[in-house]
Amino acid sequence: MKYGYYPGCSLEKNASAYHESAMAVCAPLDIQLQEVDDWNCCGATEYFSIDLLPAFALVGRNLAQAARNKQSNQLVAPCSACFLNLKKTDRYMADSPALAEKVNQCLAAGDLAYEPGSLRIRHLLEIMVDDIGFKTIGEKVTRPLFGLRVAPYYGCMTVRPDLGKSFDNPEYPQGLDKLMKTLGAEVIDFPLKAHCCGGHMTQISEEVAMELIRRLLKNAAENNADIMATLCPMCQLNMDAYQEAVNKRFGTDYHIPILYFTQLMGLALGLPTTKLGFGKEFIKAEPILKKIRKEAPRKRRKKRLSKQALPVPSMAEED
Amino acid sequence: MVREKVGVYICHCGTNIASTVDVHEVAAWCGHQDHVAVSRDYKFMCSSLGQDLIVADVEERGLTRIVVASCSPHMHEKTFRGACLRAGMNPYYLEMANIREHISWATNDKAAATQKAKALVKAAVERVVHHQALEPIPVKIEPATLVVGGGIAGISAALELAEAGYPVYLVEREPSIGGHMAQLDKTFPTLDCSACILTPKMVDVAQHTNITLLTYSEVEQVSGHIGNFQVTVRKKARHVIEDNCTGCGICEEKCPIKVVDPVFEAGLGRRKAIYRPFPQAVPKFPVIDVDHCTYFLKGKCKLCEKVCLANSIDFKQKDEVLDLKVGNIILATGFDLFDVGRIPHYGYGRLANVFTSLEFERMVNAAGPTQGTIVLRDGITAPKSVAIVHCVGSRDKKYNEYCSNVCCMYSMKFAHLVHERIPRAEVYNFYIDIRASGKGYELFYHRLLREGTHFIRGRVSEVTDAARLPAEEGKLIVQVEDTLIGAQRRIPVDMVILSAGLEARCDSQEVAQRFGLGCDFDGFFVERHPKLDPVATMTEGIFVAGACQGPKDVPTSVAQGAAAAARVIGSICRGTLMLEPVKARIHSELCSGCKICNNLCPYQAIEYHSETKVSEVATALCQGCGTCVAACPSAAIQGAHFTNDQVMAEIEGILWDKKGKEEEAAVMA
Repeated sequence: MKYGYYPGCSLEKNASAYHESAMAVCAPLDIQLQEVDDWNCCGATEYFSIDLLPAFALVGRNLAQAARNKQSNQLVAPCSACFLNLKKTDRYMADSPALAEKVNQCLAAGDLAYEPGSLRIRHLLEIMVDDIGFKTIGEKVTRPLFGLRVAPYYGCMTVRPDLGKSFDNPEYPQGLDKLMKTLGAEVIDFPLKAHCCGGHMTQISEEVAMELIRRLLKNAAENNADIMATLCPMCQLNMDAYQEAVNKRFGTDYHIPILYFTQLMGLALGLPTTKLGFGKEFIKAEPILKKIRKEAPRKRRKKRLSKQALPVPSMAEED
Repeated sequence: MVREKVGVYICHCGTNIASTVDVHEVAAWCGHQDHVAVSRDYKFMCSSLGQDLIVADVEERGLTRIVVASCSPHMHEKTFRGACLRAGMNPYYLEMANIREHISWATNDKAAATQKAKALVKAAVERVVHHQALEPIPVKIEPATLVVGGGIAGISAALELAEAGYPVYLVEREPSIGGHMAQLDKTFPTLDCSACILTPKMVDVAQHTNITLLTYSEVEQVSGHIGNFQVTVRKKARHVIEDNCTGCGICEEKCPIKVVDPVFEAGLGRRKAIYRPFPQAVPKFPVIDVDHCTYFLKGKCKLCEKVCLANSIDFKQKDEVLDLKVGNIILATGFDLFDVGRIPHYGYGRLANVFTSLEFERMVNAAGPTQGTIVLRDGITAPKSVAIVHCVGSRDKKYNEYCSNVCCMYSMKFAHLVHERIPRAEVYNFYIDIRASGKGYELFYHRLLREGTHFIRGRVSEVTDAARLPAEEGKLIVQVEDTLIGAQRRIPVDMVILSAGLEARCDSQEVAQRFGLGCDFDGFFVERHPKLDPVATMTEGIFVAGACQGPKDVPTSVAQGAAAAARVIGSICRGTLMLEPVKARIHSELCSGCKICNNLCPYQAIEYHSETKVSEVATALCQGCGTCVAACPSAAIQGAHFTNDQVMAEIEGILWDKKGKEEEAAVMA
C-alpha cells in the first residue's frame, strides 16, 4: 500500500530512531511511504498560539505539497503534533470556506493551493492497526516479545481532539495495547496512557513539566513496566531525556527505557537492532531486552476470590 | 359533475399561524377560486365558535364540502369531522390543509409561507370535490387486554383493568414480575421499603381471577387491529411443572451450580442453575437455566428432580406457543441501565471498587448479596469514603443528551443510606445540576445537605487509581473541576458509585416494529401527543406506560399504567368502536389474480380465491396503508379516501401556479 509520508522535523534529528524503525518495519509489511517533496515545519504546538493565519498557512503548505502526490490521497504522519496540525488544518479549512480562502491566498504566493478534504490524514499507528491489522502483523512476528512488560503510552495529541474517529476511544484507547499483545509482549494496566507528557513545558515551566513526567513514570513503574512504548517524539524525549532529572528532583530511581512502538515491532519481526535505531535512547534499552524469552509465559491463573468477595464485573471480551 | 360548494376556513391558531402566514390574504384569494362558495379566516377554528361557523354556513349557504386549513389532522381532524356531522354532512366531505406544522412552524419567511399556504389550500379544495361519502366500520371490542411487561407500570395497568372486571394477559420476559422496582431497597423520597409496597401488588396480580400471568414468556407476533388483535406468545420452557410445584425451594437449595446473576442481582450476586430471581418472586415457580444446568450441559446430575417431592421437574418440557385474542394492548416494557463500560475512564470493570448504581441498589437491599451491608468488592471492608457520580451517560452529547430523570434522586438516596449505615463515612455527590422537581423531592435534597453530604458541582473527568500524592495511595481518585470554586480537585475515596442513566431497551426498535408503533431517536416509544395524549400511540388500541416511553420514576410509572388502563376500559365499555373506512377494495372484474398484492400486504389482509381466481381484501384486517393500491399492475385496487382522482386533483391543486405558467408558455410558443 502506498501512502504520502510527512516525517516532520523531529524524525530527522532527536527521533531519528523513530524514522529508521518506521522505514525498516514498513518494508516487510508492504507499506510504501513516499516522502512529501520539500516539506516544512508543522509549527508544532507553539505557532498556533502566536498567530493563527501563518500557522494554518504553514501547515497548508505541507498539505498542498502532499496533495501533489497522485499515487495516494492518504498522508501519514508519525509525530503526534504533526498529525494533529495536519488534521486540524484540513478539517478547519473544510469547515470554514473563509479560512480556506485565506490560506489559499497565502499559498498562492508560492504557486500552491490546497482543496480541503482532498487528503486523508493518518497517524502511523492507525495504518498498523486499521489498514495492516493485527492478523497480518501477527503472522510476520518471528521473534515474539515474550516476557517483556510494556506500558502502552499514547499521549494526548494523537487521540485528542477526536477529529473524525481515528482511534477507538479518545480517553482510553486500546489500539497500541492490542498491537503490543500481537507482538507477544505483556501489556500492563497503564491508566495514565492518554495523559499529557508535558510537551514543551520543559522549556516554559520546569516545575510543571517535571511533575507531569514523574506521574507517568511513577504509574508505569508501579505497574511493573519494563519499558514504555510511545508513538510521539515529544513524549519519547520528555520521558527519556528527563528521566534522570526527575530522579534527581524527586529522589526516585526510575529506569524505564522509552522506545517507539515501531522499534518494538521491528524487534518482533526479527529485524536487527542496528536497523531500528536502538542505542540512541538515553535510558538504554539493551539490558531490558535480555528479558525477552523464547517461550511464551504461562498464563497466570485468575486469582481465586475469597468466599465473601463479591463478583467482579465481567466486561465484554476483547477481540 | 355536480358543482360542489366548498367552504374554506383559514385558522389563525392565535398567532401560531397568523404571525407567519398572511391568513387574510389567503382567505381573500381563496374566495375567488373554483368551487369555493365561502372563504373565511378565524382566530381559533377548533373553538366551539369556530366550529359553529362551519355548521351555520352549511345550513345557510348549502355548502357540500369543507376545507379547514389549520394544524395537523392528527390534532383536529376528529373535531372538524364532528362539526360536519352536526351540520348533517358526511364527515368524509372534509379535508384539512396543514398550514401550521408544515408551514408556519417551519419557516419565518412570510411571503413564502403565504405562497405555500395558498398551494396547500388549493390542493385541499381540488381534492375535496372528489371526496365520497364513507361510513365508518363498526368493530366489536374484545374485552381482554394484553399487558406487556410486569414491572410496576405493567402491574398497575393489569390490576386496574382486572379490578374493573376485565380479563388481562400479563406477559413478562423474566421468570418473575416486579421489574426494576423489585431490585430496589428503598424508594425516594419517603424511603419506604420497595418490597413492602410492591410485593402485595405482585401477589394481587397472581391471585386475581381476571389476570392470566404469563412469565418467562415473550410476544412473538401481533396481527389484527384495535378491538381484535391476534397475539402469539411463546411461553419458554421452565422445566418445572407449574401445576405440581409447591414453591418449596428445595431444588434451589440443593442445586450444586452457582452462577453470577447478571439480571436481578445486577452481577453483584449469585444464583443457582435452578432459581427464582428472589424469594418473593411471583409466580413462586423456579426455572432451570439451561445454559448452566449440569444436566443440560453434560447429561447428568438431575439432583433437583431427586429432591423434588412434588415431581415437578420436567427436563423434557418444551416451549409452549399460545394464541391470544385481545382488544387492546398496553406496552410497559421498561428500560435498560446505561452500560457504564462505555466510559472507560470511569474505570468500571478495571477498578474493583467502582460500582454501578444498580449494583449498589442490590448491595443496600436487605435481601441482596450482602444483606444490606455496604462493603467494598472484597465483601468485608466498609468504605470510609464514597463518591457518587451523577449523570453517567446522561446529559452528555457523547452518550445520551437527555436527563434520565431519576438519577439525582436515587443518588441522594444512596448518600443517605451510606450515612445511615456507615455513620462516619464521607459521602461526595458530584453533580451538574440537582434535579429534584417531584413532590417532596426538594425537601429530601435539603435533608441530605443537613446530613453532611458533600455536594460538588462539576462533571467528573476521570476515576483513577494512579496516585500522585501519598494521601492518594491505594485509593480511587475522583478528578473533577469544581465549578463552584473554579478549581480542579482530586478527591481520594474508597468506593465510587456511577449513577448510570436510563436507556430504551436494547430491542425497543424491534418491539416497536412488532407492535406497529414508532420510536424516537433515543429508542423510546413515541406517544400520540407529548402533553395531551401521553399514553396512547399512533396505532389505535396500543398504549404505552412507564419508562418504555421515557425515563420515569415509580409514581409516574404507576400513574401512566393506570392512565393507560383507563383508556382501555373506556373502549371496552363502549363495546363497539367505529373504524376508519379508509380501506382498500379490489374490483374483481379488473383483478387478474396475479397475487402480487397478497404477498406485499404487511397485514396479511388479502386473500386469494382459487375458485374465482381473484383476490379480495379482508376489510377488518386492512389498515389502509395503500401498498397494494400502488402495486396492482391492473389498477384493480382502490383505496377509499385515497382514490386516484382525489390524489391527482390534489397534486394539480398544489401546482396551481406552475400550471398557469406552463399553459402561458405553451401559448407563447
